[in-house]
Amino acid sequence: MALRETRQDNGVVVVHVEGQLVITNRAELKDRLQERLAAGDRRFVIDFTGTPYIDSSGLGALVTIAKRIREEGGDVRLAGLNDDLRQLFELTKLDTLFSISATPDQALAAF
Amino acid sequence: MERITVQVPSSIDCIEEAVSVITRHCLAGATAEPREHFRLQVALSEALANAIVRGNREDASKRVYVQADLGPDRILLNVTDEGDGFDPATVPDATRPEGLEQDGGRGLFLIHCMVDDVHFNAQGNSICMTLRRP
Repeated sequence: MALRETRQDNGVVVVHVEGQLVITNRAELKDRLQERLAAGDRRFVIDFTGTPYIDSSGLGALVTIAKRIREEGGDVRLAGLNDDLRQLFELTKLDTLFSISATPDQALAAF
Repeated sequence: MERITVQVPSSIDCIEEAVSVITRHCLAGATAEPREHFRLQVALSEALANAIVRGNREDASKRVYVQADLGPDRILLNVTDEGDGFDPATVPDATRPEGLEQDGGRGLFLIHCMVDDVHFNAQGNSICMTLRRP
């Protein structure tokens, strides 16, 4: 998995996840978001357009990340989930915990 | 019925490759739909993670044994670790409101969602999953 960041003019940080988010690499995403939080960023979009699979550990990492961001007064939105991954969020009811948009642009527009 | 057996070391670094290899063999020669591939991927990766992390506690001296029986209408997957086992009845519902914000506890739930039947042996260290083929 590789992580790439882009920053919008309005300060929203978009983290693009390229590859699977699974038990072996979930800490990388948590650490990256934690770094950005410590640097003062508060609004995030996590873009999964390039992500074919997220396992239960990856889902758990996202829950923990979102909790930390919200505790700091921030917000995080998810985008670009494929149909299978979208179904995982629905089955686990995590779609009630996250704002999920079809594309990063739609997620950005919702801020 | 064709049978595939694989031994997986107790390292989480082995999960991705093991899932890829076993899934490829299970679906070789079949006209598998993408949905079937995804169901296998979820079931195998979650069962292997549970076996390696919770069952064998990442003990390098232990192995996880995967056996796949491939039939025309179904795939039977057995994943067995060398741990003490657990009682699956004690695993709480991952979708209960108080559990939604917890980091863990969704693996077994997702397995139940993705396969048609789930059984454990009496010791609780071996899971048998049945996927009916479309």
